Amino acid sequence: MNPLDAVPPVAPEREKLTKKAVTADHPTWCPACGDFAVLAAFYKVLEKRQLPHESIVTLAGIGCSSRFPYFVNTHGAHFIHGRSVPLASAISLARPDVHVFLFGGDGDGFSIGGNHLDHGARKNIRLTYVIMDNFVYGLTKKQTSPTSPIGFKSKTDPTGAIDHPVNPIKKLIAAGATFVARTHAAQVNHMIQVIERAMDHDGFSVVECLSECIEFFPGAFDAGNPRKGGEFKVIDEKKWDDTPEDEARHDVTDEIAAYRLANLPFPGLFGVFYEIDRPTKNALERKWIESTRTKLNNASDLEVLQKTFDRLK
Amino acid sequence: MSSSPVLPESATPTSAGRADLRPEHIRDAVIRLAGNSQDGIQTAGAFLARLAGRSAQEVMTYMTIPSTISGGPSIFQVRIGSGEVLSAGDEADFLVAFYQHSYDEHIYFLREGGILLYDSDQVQPNLEDKRFVYVGVPITGLTVEALGGTAKDKGKNIFVLGLLASIFRLNADKLKALIRERFGGKNESVVNTAITAFQAGYAYPVGNVLTHLYEFEPSPRRSERAQITMDGNQALAYGLIAAGVRYGAGYPITPWSSIMETLRSELPKYGGLFVQAEDELAAVSLALGFSYSGWLAVTGSAGPGISLKAEAIGWASMAEIPLIVINVQRGGPSTGLPTNVEQSDLHQAVFGGHGDSPRVVLAAATVEDCFYIAIEAARIARKYSTPVFILSDTSLATRIEAFDEPNLSEVMLDPKPDMSPRPAGTQPYPLERITQHAPPGTRMLDGKYPVVTGLEHDEMGHPTASARLHTAMTAKRRKKYQQLADELPLPTVHGDPDGETLLVGWGSTYGPISEAVNQARNRGESVSSLHLRHLHPLPRGLEAIFDRFKRIVVVEMNDQGLYGFGQMATLLRARFCNPKIESLTKTDGLTYRVREILEGALK
Repeated sequence: MNPLDAVPPVAPEREKLTKKAVTADHPTWCPACGDFAVLAAFYKVLEKRQLPHESIVTLAGIGCSSRFPYFVNTHGAHFIHGRSVPLASAISLARPDVHVFLFGGDGDGFSIGGNHLDHGARKNIRLTYVIMDNFVYGLTKKQTSPTSPIGFKSKTDPTGAIDHPVNPIKKLIAAGATFVARTHAAQVNHMIQVIERAMDHDGFSVVECLSECIEFFPGAFDAGNPRKGGEFKVIDEKKWDDTPEDEARHDVTDEIAAYRLANLPFPGLFGVFYEIDRPTKNALERKWIESTRTKLNNASDLEVLQKTFDRLK
Repeated sequence: MSSSPVLPESATPTSAGRADLRPEHIRDAVIRLAGNSQDGIQTAGAFLARLAGRSAQEVMTYMTIPSTISGGPSIFQVRIGSGEVLSAGDEADFLVAFYQHSYDEHIYFLREGGILLYDSDQVQPNLEDKRFVYVGVPITGLTVEALGGTAKDKGKNIFVLGLLASIFRLNADKLKALIRERFGGKNESVVNTAITAFQAGYAYPVGNVLTHLYEFEPSPRRSERAQITMDGNQALAYGLIAAGVRYGAGYPITPWSSIMETLRSELPKYGGLFVQAEDELAAVSLALGFSYSGWLAVTGSAGPGISLKAEAIGWASMAEIPLIVINVQRGGPSTGLPTNVEQSDLHQAVFGGHGDSPRVVLAAATVEDCFYIAIEAARIARKYSTPVFILSDTSLATRIEAFDEPNLSEVMLDPKPDMSPRPAGTQPYPLERITQHAPPGTRMLDGKYPVVTGLEHDEMGHPTASARLHTAMTAKRRKKYQQLADELPLPTVHGDPDGETLLVGWGSTYGPISEAVNQARNRGESVSSLHLRHLHPLPRGLEAIFDRFKRIVVVEMNDQGLYGFGQMATLLRARFCNPKIESLTKTDGLTYRVREILEGALK
């Protein structure tokens, strides 16, 4: 039988999903950590979208931000450092009925898990991954992270970081991610919009969210925060309205243009850099499974294995 | 048994035509084909094994593959018997040498009076050595002639199969049917070429040079069931399918790869999926994701890959996630001897976790057992929500055996996840019960949704650093294995239940150890054996069995270690504090010969 047949239909009557219903433990983050705002934005998205409560899965690896699943009252898993993308991929592949939300930090996503990020992107697994990027290792108390800028003084670079930092947007585009966006934890409405677009995208959708570490890298993202004297510059996307001004706007399906925007100096732009349609691994595997099952006339498991054994006699 | 004279000692070549040649009945023969890896000798050997299975004869094969990508010397050995076949044989009754190097390197393995069948276009044997019977056939030339002059060596394997079919009076029609099945998927000319090569070998007047033809005695059928023929990796893969495993992930490594290849092609037939991951860490993480989704999943590798998976398996212990981990052991450490056999990952399986992370470790004894142990592993993984290791090894992975077809309607397990709504108060980690997780998609009727976690946690899965809870949760995670130990069946002693020496084995050494016991008992020695399938936890009651023997010798394929004891011997000595426990080990990368066990353990 097809394992999908075992998934029962969603029960019809249910209560409204409120912020209270999706709130769990009080976060263990430092007061004024940027991650509080990300959590608040996620609660808002859940309230707004009213997904069936049991179908939401919140997953994470290891890091300050990866504590996320404890603070959200949904099915969840707190996994090991760097491997949350393959864990989340399996849940997405095996369970098309659930919505997979994955949270993590820059160390988890770009350093120890960097290879998995590339392969999740290239396979185009249907899930939404919010990377709370604070440019520093916070949980282990101020070591250089893969996104720390050159010159950043940390316990592992006392005279300033010397290694060229990862550019998350470029890395993701190059790896084959089909939805790549960037937002800022001080811009709650923008965060909500971008996360919603990410979850509506049928594919591997990643949102890099600059989220300040108040303890070990305070002020890191002030340059992108108008309240701190910076500028929050949003990508002006093409409206496809045939107007002359549309010419200059960004085409999110243009890989080279997206790459160029990602190359702008810090704090750069915010919004959707890249968004294309490419078949997901979920859909391609499902197609293979279904054509295989059709060829077998949907024979029972017992019949299929018995037939195989008959050939081994 | 290869030590008993099953072939005539006095056979000598003759040039006279022998139209009156009568077949001699034999019970057992060891045939070693020695050539190069690209010659398809494995294919020819596999046909013999399949035929034996279809003829209700017992069969066991043994092969070596060079670790080079293409080419290099290779052997395939088939032992066919009308009685019980327990090992691939200590010496060959029949050696087929395709090349001079095949002859040079394997003539030592031919027993006195044994027959050397050689390609007289390639091999010049030392005919002065009167211990053997020499049968030269221009295999290369005749194959080229039969197949229409291709200079390549293709088809020699099937020509030799035809020769052997004629010498052993094998059922040519059944063999041709097997050839058609095997090559049927390719174009018709491939099938025709193979059949032509077979006919040419079969028609060769081998009676002109042999004084005897042979015929296997009809096998007394031990069972009403049909026989199926496969190797150990196939048996594990199909066992997993029977066990209801529908998802898995892996990364290629010898000798595990063929399991993942089989599952990748087979699982879609059952609506499931096997993912080739970017590395071993992703593979185990995907498998854990599948299991957390409610579908018990499998990952596997050989020793080095298992090392890479170790951290995530520690998470599975802490988060209490069911998982099947297969380790097809090879020679180690590191890249080691990637195409040889060793049992040196036992301690890795039992103790290879960080922190206190007990897990279940099982070991398959035979190819048939690979099938059933996969089902048992799945049952245990689900019931105890735990990672379960299955240890196999290169020799089981690559050898072919025929065994009674499993009764699938009896053994198949239902894979469905339990998605029923959970009542109020459901906890992921109750202290007084074994954890059974609610997969995502399951409604929690009190609206409290569980988090599975690698942090120490309370009964609801909330992180805690409480000393009391860490002690209580560590005990909870340990106690389920103690409960499992109560359920495990005690293995039965092969031979008398008491006596002088008890040989203890685990894994693929089952055959040669059992045969060693049979041989020793035939000559009047007081020897029995005990084979362990459940290595961790051990079944209860072993001490009572050990008490009934004067000596206990643990036979295994690994090093004697710093203190003189192999890995299982060390485990048993630590468990039972029994100074009678001795150790017989070896590290030559080859399976045990019966003689090695007899000489090593009964000195």
